[in-house]
Amino acid sequence: MTVTTHGPLPSASYDVIVIGAGVVGSAIARQLARHPGLRTAVVEAQDDVGQGSSKANTAILHTGFDAVPGSLEARLVREGAGRLAAYAAESGIPVEPVGALLVAWDEEQLAALPRLAEKAERNDYKEARLLGRADLYAREPHLGPGALGALHVPGESIICPWTTTLAYATQAVRHGVDLHLNCRVRKVSQGLLSTDRGPLRTRWVINAAGLHADTLDRDLGHHDFTVTPRRGQLIVFDKFARALVRHILLPVPTALGKGVLVAPTVYGNVLLGPTAEDLDDKRATQSTADGLTRLRELGRRILPGLLDEEATAVYAGLRAATEYDDYRITAHPEQAYLAVGGIRSTGLTASLAIAEYVVGQLRANGLESGPSRELEPVRMPNLGEAFPRPYQRPDLIAADPEYGTLVCHCERVSRGEIRDALASTVPPGSLDGLRRRTRARGGRCQGFYCGAAVRQLFEEARG
Amino acid sequence: MTRQVDVLVVGAGPAGLTAAARLAASGAGRVEVLDREQRAGGVPRHCAHGGFGSWRDPLTGPAYARRLVETALSAGAVVRTGVTALDWAGPLALNTVGPAGPETVEARAIILATGARERPRAARLVPGTRPAGVYTTGELQQAVHLFGQRIGTRAVIVGAEPVSYRAADTVRASGAEVVALVTEAERAQVSLVRAQDARLRRRVPLLTGTAVAELLGHGRLSGVRVRRRDGRTAELACDTVVFTGDFVPENELARRGGLSVDAGTTSRPGVFAAGGLTHPGESAATAARSGARAAAAVMRPSGAARDAAAVRRP
Ligand SMILES: Cc1cc2nc3c(=O)[nH]c(=O)nc-3n(C[C@H](O)[C@H](O)[C@H](O)COP(=O)(O)OP(=O)(O)OC[C@H]3O[C@@H](n4cnc5c(N)ncnc54)[C@H](O)[C@@H]3O)c2cc1C
Ligand SMILES: Cc1cc2nc3c(=O)[nH]c(=O)nc-3n(C[C@H](O)[C@H](O)[C@H](O)COP(=O)(O)OP(=O)(O)OC[C@H]3O[C@@H](n4cnc5c(N)ncnc54)[C@H](O)[C@@H]3O)c2cc1C
Repeated sequence: MTVTTHGPLPSASYDVIVIGAGVVGSAIARQLARHPGLRTAVVEAQDDVGQGSSKANTAILHTGFDAVPGSLEARLVREGAGRLAAYAAESGIPVEPVGALLVAWDEEQLAALPRLAEKAERNDYKEARLLGRADLYAREPHLGPGALGALHVPGESIICPWTTTLAYATQAVRHGVDLHLNCRVRKVSQGLLSTDRGPLRTRWVINAAGLHADTLDRDLGHHDFTVTPRRGQLIVFDKFARALVRHILLPVPTALGKGVLVAPTVYGNVLLGPTAEDLDDKRATQSTADGLTRLRELGRRILPGLLDEEATAVYAGLRAATEYDDYRITAHPEQAYLAVGGIRSTGLTASLAIAEYVVGQLRANGLESGPSRELEPVRMPNLGEAFPRPYQRPDLIAADPEYGTLVCHCERVSRGEIRDALASTVPPGSLDGLRRRTRARGGRCQGFYCGAAVRQLFEEARG
Repeated sequence: MTRQVDVLVVGAGPAGLTAAARLAASGAGRVEVLDREQRAGGVPRHCAHGGFGSWRDPLTGPAYARRLVETALSAGAVVRTGVTALDWAGPLALNTVGPAGPETVEARAIILATGARERPRAARLVPGTRPAGVYTTGELQQAVHLFGQRIGTRAVIVGAEPVSYRAADTVRASGAEVVALVTEAERAQVSLVRAQDARLRRRVPLLTGTAVAELLGHGRLSGVRVRRRDGRTAELACDTVVFTGDFVPENELARRGGLSVDAGTTSRPGVFAAGGLTHPGESAATAARSGARAAAAVMRPSGAARDAAAVRRP
């Protein structure tokens, strides 16, 4: 099992290198790990997996009911959703099938709902149903006044995006894939990557660099797509708000995207967002006063009680939008290169299907993958409220009292869980990484009570 | 497993420990204090400076915390640390967990003394990036005084209340420099002596009528953008920012029980409240006095534990 964070890189050539350890790159690595004959590596610029768009999204496992019918995205989202739901159950990734309501707030939106229901049918999603006003308010009694009706999409679920990426990466590493962190690829040419940590040789290159996929694509002489980061700001509300909402409350989509939603999270919070702002700067992950004001105005209309609760976190993610209304997955067999571009707002849901599609494309274009095997399942620590957490498990505490010793009180994270995360296959590179693995410091006090104690455990483990 | 006590106090800070000491000394029966931290004492544990105790017997925060614990213990109260009260198991019963596992504790009276904390950056909706180097005073004091951790080198303090000046002291004690205190108020909310000492002797600028508009920097904080009331903005270079004061009650248990909390009492008979929970932001001495009042309320005829000493349980 090899995860490196510094020092020299292997000089022997790999068969495949995946650039980018987001949810997509990690899923591809996991898929490649099924082939024990392949020497595979993932190289990631940052100090952890899932630090790009994959850490900062709305965490919905979509059905694909509103995708562009016939597109590659529609197909991979549909397939991916089923695969990920099954994988989550096997791996202990928290998922809650809460369902979504597309709420119509005016006559025009109400008139659009039947068309959306038809679109869902064309996307092979048959469970969407129109709901009248009374049914809607019966399902969501805290909804703001003035809603006229809704489309109920029972298959939409919420999921933990952090555990998903981590599960893929963990499984890949345990099956022999090398993960090189802090390893930005500065330049790529056929079979050769020059990175911050020195050169790497490989036969095949897979570009899963998210926002930076277009830059690397140009290195290899392609001008296939341009990534325009589309920022989404979100506010996470205190868990006290969780009782206010039962479903994912979606707006009726507009040309700019899916619009601003209110959704529960698997951790028991409520999300409000995202905005949709087209930018030039691929590092512009800051929130803005205007964005937060706008979200709060919209949120007050959708769920007035939400604004009475405190915000636990504010964050922003960048979608890798391109000039195309679909994913851009293109193989260039003459260069032994494959680009995975434009995985913009559904990549979490589609990740397993994208991975399968990509490896299929590699094989069709000449990758000799050798025999394949079933992967040993991974079992991830549960961060979700719908499943027992360690502090709620007398059996676990009896066997190891560290699971009954709470360190982070708001999120009820035990010292045992923190210890486990620090000793895991893909350990955290920072306190933020530890938070994504355990929720420690992720609660309402933001470290007032536990911040220093958690940092102490982190620093002790790193020596 | 369910266990019974006469009075259960949640929170071993100044309020809870004072209440427990009074109750145990007045024969309220078995008085048990729970605290989820590994050490009892509450916030004063990490206030490594004077100003606690009485004028005749001045103490530092940690010494005051130890004194409170000793007083409660010698009065006969039981203090259990590392035990969290999770939720209600009944009107006068709480589910708890600790290294020994789960337990339900039932009481004739319960005092909630869970304290208050400072509102952190996110809850203040301060825009910007999410870099490392963002603190509350509570975290800062623990980092420096309990764990000896390094913080940054240049800190901006948000607020100009007593706790903000304490944060500035801690920043300096850690070897870092205070860039400025920033407050939206028109003047510092402390005594003139304190404010002038900081400004003149320590040369710490105080920016009044000024808000922190944005945090800057990727990975580590690189600065904060401040905005004056007239709309002018400026950037202060710093690698640390401390959000001080703006206290909010630590009221999870009260809210889980659907209890409204008033000075001393709650909406549920037999459940009392004291300290920072009812008056966020007041001094430790005030919290201790409110604990004593809660103890008196428990002992009054309408309180639950009055005749607890007489009515022993099997
Ligand atoms: C606001 C928002 C809401 C969303 N909501 C949802 C949702 O509800 N459901 C859903 O399914 N999807 C959602 N998405 C989409 C989903 O988050 C993305 O599609 C997905 O995370 C993309 O994963 P990725 O691996 O392609 O990209 P990333 O996670 O960005 O990973 C790319 C990685 O490549 C690395 N990298 C880049 N350049 C280099 C280089 N030169 N060398 C080495 N490494 C490099 C980066 O550091 C990064 O880790 C949302 C996205 C956003 C922004
Ligand atoms: C950073 C800071 C600096 C301060 N400086 C000063 C100062 O210099 N001088 C001064 O007079 N005052 C100061 N104060 C105010 C003073 O500390 C408080 O007024 C006082 O501590 C309040 O006492 P308390 O007992 O109500 O709460 P706390 O001292 O907060 O104690 C509450 C206790 O309850 C425990 N608890 C909470 N929930 C649970 C649960 N569910 N289960 C088990 N245990 C639980 C907590 O672990 C904590 O130990 C300061 C406050 C802060 C935040």
